Amino acid sequence: MNVRVRLFAAVREAAGCESVEVDVREDATIGEVRRRLAERLPAVAELIRRAMFTVGTQYAADDQEVAPNADVACIPPVSGG
Amino acid sequence: MIQLTTNPIDTQAVLEAVRSPAAGAVVLFLGTVREMTAGRQTESLDYEYYGEMAHAQLARLETEARQRWDLVECLVVHRTGHLPVGETSVAIAASAAHRRAAFDAASWLIDRIKQVVPIWKRENYADGTHEWSHPGG
Repeated sequence: MNVRVRLFAAVREAAGCESVEVDVREDATIGEVRRRLAERLPAVAELIRRAMFTVGTQYAADDQEVAPNADVACIPPVSGG
Repeated sequence: MIQLTTNPIDTQAVLEAVRSPAAGAVVLFLGTVREMTAGRQTESLDYEYYGEMAHAQLARLETEARQRWDLVECLVVHRTGHLPVGETSVAIAASAAHRRAAFDAASWLIDRIKQVVPIWKRENYADGTHEWSHPGG
């Protein structure tokens, strides 16, 4: 299945777009989405390994399963304040 | 209360918003755009944020601060977009009956904002280069 992942900051800039679709198996977890995204964007793979992920407006652990139409985002280390 | 805004933060208004006859202490923390970082000169910052998630996380932090400390009022305002050196990027105001709660809540809030709220700054340097800030690498 394809999962659309929203991108931000250096990861968005490296991808050149606001979101990408990654192809993962049906019962994939966030951890798998993370690995696929890192393969897709090797220039920022290190940042993606350190990123948090969200589903909806909740942070999601690597073992959380992802529904096909889930609203997933990659949140590289934040720097607000 | 929390706000994300592209407009300059009216720091006096933020301060006034938390004043109350019930409060014997008011603390205002301002984060401002610093000129020098690790020996490099910054001209401006651009803040990007993940809208729904940043709102949700800021609201959760405010709720948690009010649970942890006995606050009278609490207001967090974070600016986004383009900010020249010297501008206020974040304002946190907390009022409480006694000073310790107000100090501790404001300090905790800025620490947590820097950990969990999806807001990112891009340093625009005087030499024309730019760089996203992703701490911890």
